[in-house]
Amino acid sequence: MSTRKPGLGRGLEALIPTAPQETTDNPSHQTGDDATPDMYGLVNPDGSVRDRLPITLDEMKGLYADMVEARTYDAKSMAMQRQGRLATYAPFQGQEAAQIGAAAALREGDWVAGTYRDAALNWRAGYPWRLLILGRTGDERGGEVPEGVNVLPPSITVGGHMIHAVGLAWAEKLQGSDRIALTSFGDGATSEGDFHEAMNFAAVYETPTVFLCQNNGYAISYPVFEQTRSATIAGKADAYGMPGIRVDGNDVVGVLVAVREAIERARRGDGPSLIEAVTYRLGPHTTSDDPTRYRDESEAEVWLERDPLERIRRLLEKAGGWDQEWQDALEKGASDVIESAVEWAEAVPKPTFEEMLSRMSAPRGARG
Amino acid sequence: MRPGELVAEVNLAQALNGALDTALRSDDRVLLLGEDIGRTGGVFRVTDGLLERHGEKRVFDTPVAESGIVGAVFGMAIAGMRPVAELQFMGFSYPGYDQVISHVSRIRNRSNHRFTAPLVIRMPYGGGIGAAEHHSESTEAIYTHIPGLKVVVPSTPRDARGLLLAAIEDPDPVIFLEPIRLYRAVKEEIPEIYYTTEIGPIRIERTGDDLTIISWGSMMKETREAARRLEDLGVSVEVIDLRTLSPLDRDGIAASVEKTGRAVVVHEAPLTGGFGGEIAASIQEMCLFSLVAPVQRVTGYDTVFPLKRSEAHYLPSVDRIVTAANKTLEE
Repeated sequence: MSTRKPGLGRGLEALIPTAPQETTDNPSHQTGDDATPDMYGLVNPDGSVRDRLPITLDEMKGLYADMVEARTYDAKSMAMQRQGRLATYAPFQGQEAAQIGAAAALREGDWVAGTYRDAALNWRAGYPWRLLILGRTGDERGGEVPEGVNVLPPSITVGGHMIHAVGLAWAEKLQGSDRIALTSFGDGATSEGDFHEAMNFAAVYETPTVFLCQNNGYAISYPVFEQTRSATIAGKADAYGMPGIRVDGNDVVGVLVAVREAIERARRGDGPSLIEAVTYRLGPHTTSDDPTRYRDESEAEVWLERDPLERIRRLLEKAGGWDQEWQDALEKGASDVIESAVEWAEAVPKPTFEEMLSRMSAPRGARG
Repeated sequence: MRPGELVAEVNLAQALNGALDTALRSDDRVLLLGEDIGRTGGVFRVTDGLLERHGEKRVFDTPVAESGIVGAVFGMAIAGMRPVAELQFMGFSYPGYDQVISHVSRIRNRSNHRFTAPLVIRMPYGGGIGAAEHHSESTEAIYTHIPGLKVVVPSTPRDARGLLLAAIEDPDPVIFLEPIRLYRAVKEEIPEIYYTTEIGPIRIERTGDDLTIISWGSMMKETREAARRLEDLGVSVEVIDLRTLSPLDRDGIAASVEKTGRAVVVHEAPLTGGFGGEIAASIQEMCLFSLVAPVQRVTGYDTVFPLKRSEAHYLPSVDRIVTAANKTLEE
């Protein structure tokens, strides 16, 4: 995986090492043994960088701010669920880099088909917080994303939506547009038969589809190394005749670069790819889940040290792009944004009986 | 028919082929996908010649993957196309059923009308040709039970063309069932122009005063024959071809039964949980006091659809329909 042209790391030059660094350690929980398959990344957990970064300091600060906002939403949602204000919630804490990095590589009009854990991805791709929250209060109107935002409402069933991104991308290709479709899913979804059908269709018809697997280590309680005998998820791509790459999913820049290359490849007509973003769900599967039943707390400590926000904060601090005052302002700003989205969503009147029944078919006389 | 219109005498399969051809010609968004539909023209040749005529950017042979086919056309429909998928047999539709029930039927609801799935899933259904296991299913009730789907089943070439063009135009997903044993068993002259047959209303195929027989698809053949036989016996029979199972034209059915006071429902699927139960229930809700006899159901049996040598035991016969009709006439 090549990085961008030199000179793009404006404001970050001081961080560039004189020689390429060793690959970061690859946590063994992801493979169940000592094997550490190659993993692409640019920013190490301690905030040092392995190579010239293909983004500017300002862009880096933007990605960091987005991750802070996403984490604020996630924490707020967890709290609201505990207060009985939201239905079941699936937190993404720990996976912010995989989602924000991927979304940052998208262009307006590109399609996104993700899961219930992809609120950060969906938001960064244009799905407003207020509608994500409305949806989680238990209201179908939260799925009515604004015109022009091509993000599908989250798929709750596991794995069925990957093939949708194949159809979406295929339709764009047939219509001569250069839009692509990105589908996000977890390691668990790769066991579904639909993963196979989606990967195969995408490869056979060379659809501009990017498959983004957020390998967070667990399908609820079932560790990824028990789910498959493949050494990596990315390696499965080979069987379908498409490129696969394993990237440090907690490195927002590494994810951005990997996804951007896959998207560019798709856009220029060279077909689909699979990206495995190796990450970790710091929270429970959902608010109904108790992870202490299936994983050791020491595991989370390892991953807290690899936290996607903290490593960028460290990097920014080294580059002179971070101070506590800015952090406080970011958190305050994020909190205000989320609070006002919550306020909006909670003020929406409950649907009427007629509204409940109104969505089974087009209004009478409508022609498509 | 207006003078000067082109007409052709076609069977049901040819009528469907003509409808697909017309749809491909008149709307660039229409695409066909399915197993063996291109080079071989489909196992029943319903798509015969369409790949040659419309090219490989409109007609796609697909891998053997029903979930993939349905999921892909779902994505295509959301992104602005009007795909028509063929699943080779109804008995092979089940791997794609998850996509239908979990996504296709729900996206309008899930997105509050923002995204819709204007697609058609065609599938040959029903027995009578002595086929292998899984090739003779009539599981329409597993589709009619799902809100958000329209379920359509023609029994004549004229309706086949009009309903298929209407299904392709429809802004919502349509499950389009094609009676295998009628593909080549019925012929009629139909106009070759673009016309649609409204999805929903029943068709009263024959009017009568003493008795209403309600059926659809494959069983219309035996129903027509039974009606003729009853007429010979001096019974005035009204025959309803439902054409659309969902949404069900309950008013149309009730109007007929209110007039005749007697109803027999005929379908090929097993009795229990069959769509006939829905019709019988609707009749008693809507016109109980017009009934002079209990509603009769003539159906398949609560068994797996049998292989060739037992097929005749299973399929509802003209005799069974006549017997059921006579039972209502005893009252």
